[in-house]
Amino acid sequence: MTDISMDTMAGAVARPRRDIGLKARYAAERRFRIYGVIAISVGLAFLAIMLITIVSKGYTAFWQTTVTLPITFDEKVIDPSGKRATDPNVLVKANYPKLAENALVAKLGIDPANKPMMLKLKGFLSEGARVQLRDIVSADPSVIGTTRDVNILAAANLDSAFKGQIDLSVDEARRKVSNQQIDWMNKLKADGVMAEHFNTGLFSYGASSRPETSGMGVAIIGSFYMMVIVLLLALPIGVAASIYLEEFAKKNRFTDLIEVNINNLAAVPSIVFGLLGLAVFINFLGMPRSASFVGGLVLTLMTLPTIIIATRAALAAVPPSIRSAALGLGASKMQMVFHHILPLAAPGILTGTIIGLARALGETAPLLLIGMVAFVADYPTTPFDPATALPVQIYMWANEAERAFVERMSGAIIILLVFLMAMNITAIVLRRRFERRW
Amino acid sequence: MNIMTEQSLENAVGDKMNAKSNEVIKMRGDKVGVFYGEKQALFDVNLDVRLNQVTALIGPSGCGKSTFLRCLNRMNDTIDSARVTGKITLDEDDIYDKNIDVVELRARVGMVFQKPNPFPKSIYENVAYGPRIHGLAKRKSDMDQIVESSLKKAAIWNEVKDRLQEPGTGLSGGQQQRLCIARAIAVSPEVILMDEPCSALDPIATARVEELIDELRQNYTIVIVTHSMQQAARVSQRTAMFHLGYLVEEGATDKMFTNPDDKRTQDYITGRFG
Repeated sequence: MTDISMDTMAGAVARPRRDIGLKARYAAERRFRIYGVIAISVGLAFLAIMLITIVSKGYTAFWQTTVTLPITFDEKVIDPSGKRATDPNVLVKANYPKLAENALVAKLGIDPANKPMMLKLKGFLSEGARVQLRDIVSADPSVIGTTRDVNILAAANLDSAFKGQIDLSVDEARRKVSNQQIDWMNKLKADGVMAEHFNTGLFSYGASSRPETSGMGVAIIGSFYMMVIVLLLALPIGVAASIYLEEFAKKNRFTDLIEVNINNLAAVPSIVFGLLGLAVFINFLGMPRSASFVGGLVLTLMTLPTIIIATRAALAAVPPSIRSAALGLGASKMQMVFHHILPLAAPGILTGTIIGLARALGETAPLLLIGMVAFVADYPTTPFDPATALPVQIYMWANEAERAFVERMSGAIIILLVFLMAMNITAIVLRRRFERRW
Repeated sequence: MNIMTEQSLENAVGDKMNAKSNEVIKMRGDKVGVFYGEKQALFDVNLDVRLNQVTALIGPSGCGKSTFLRCLNRMNDTIDSARVTGKITLDEDDIYDKNIDVVELRARVGMVFQKPNPFPKSIYENVAYGPRIHGLAKRKSDMDQIVESSLKKAAIWNEVKDRLQEPGTGLSGGQQQRLCIARAIAVSPEVILMDEPCSALDPIATARVEELIDELRQNYTIVIVTHSMQQAARVSQRTAMFHLGYLVEEGATDKMFTNPDDKRTQDYITGRFG
């Protein structure tokens, strides 16, 4: 080191240091960071607890126990009087459960004359076997008289027992599955006849009082109809309203009032929209109850403010220089909007729309009021037929007591969350990809 | 003021008969006033813009020169609270008349802005947009021709001819501004308004744009707002000095910079205020 630098250093040391409270400032900063970390950790912990609970309870819903039985489509059982050629009701009303029972009896080697044993066999197979076998026969009546292997659904209690969800240490009289049934179950399992398969019924069945034959098919279709209706109505109306308010309307007291009202509407509890839908669409306009069309209209009303606010923000975010450039070239206001502003605002509009749709998809309260909380077994063919929605299906299953329904409820929550996550991820991807091109 | 108005009137009468093209008055402001809500930003401005000349508007910030410029193609219409009084004519027609369509006016009086503002589209689309909305090209080949000649006039053709399909926003600042000039030229305007076109550019890009302005003078009438005295002196034939919303003085650039009549002009040009 040279003398000069020594001198300057000495000078710097000699200068008295002011106390500008650095220690306290850094301490405050550290504290603030710790608060932040704690807040995020608590949030993540709750999220993790929620997801773990739902998934651990719900993943089994995607599996369904079936018993593979060689069913003999015995003409004596299906059509004892031989009238099926003339009376189509014969094939519909036939005693199909008897076919499954016969096959099971043969498989287990029980004497059909042994009444107590036969009684214990009741409730081993699902009543859904009736529909399963009827569908096979209706599709192809020539199977009558032949034998083929069919995966017959196990009853809900046996399904639960098979998945190990029933506590066998409980006294036999107080549980839903008898020891004899457990023995049979283990025997069939050892034979490889009784096994779990992926539960396609969860996605295809409608409402049912039996868990093993109830699914979200109707709810998925109902929700799909509603999303299409919301998209078709809310997007054009919302975007048109936003463009008018943002680009064309004069800023005066009246438009201020409209703006305040839109912001207020976005905060109105959704059940109020349900009441409005009930009063206007059903009672006043006489539209059908429980129809996804009405549900779609109500959700449109609910989603509009969200879409308008998002669209206006997206339009306002387009820099004024682009407007000036277009107007300066002699573009009319409409050309300016449709050639330049709207394409640039499109990612923001789409993001807002998808988030609005996701909110509408998860909405339950307004749908309860317009009667979409209904027992609907058949697929709605049009949006005017009775239907339910995904969150309403969850709500309905949550009211059921049986273990298998609780499992299905959790499964339905998983499916709904997957839909919501897919929509939100799409929104994020769109925003990332098209954000700020100027 | 009065004297100047009389001079302008003389010119206006004279230019019909006078053969000298540099005396033809292209645009004329007559007692132009602008209000933003209650606040008056411009007071009784009488200013002529002469054909095929560059008119520079100078003055300290907030003096109303940009406001006046924006009156010339009615860009102030886009501000709800703005109100314009007085009369502005383009070739004797009052541009604030009800019969004048603002879209047509802006096709005749183009504008280049302070910050380069190309559309976030391809270079080709940037230039082709104006002609397309005004229906100036019937065929693709016509459009190609317009784009090429506009880019050539704006002295940027050689730099972009191989990448016409690339986005205009990917060019450098100086190139973007020349692209904006090309875009303005493409609709064949009669007058080009430039609002501090070089304020966002480095000295080299500025020099190129200034050269370009001088070339463009052959075919267009140009009004330029600038904060740079040197730029006004270099590119303009006539200069108008604004102060606090009033037109202080207007005249030939040579005279304004060597022997101005008004002390405020003298002070501003020599850097004593502003």
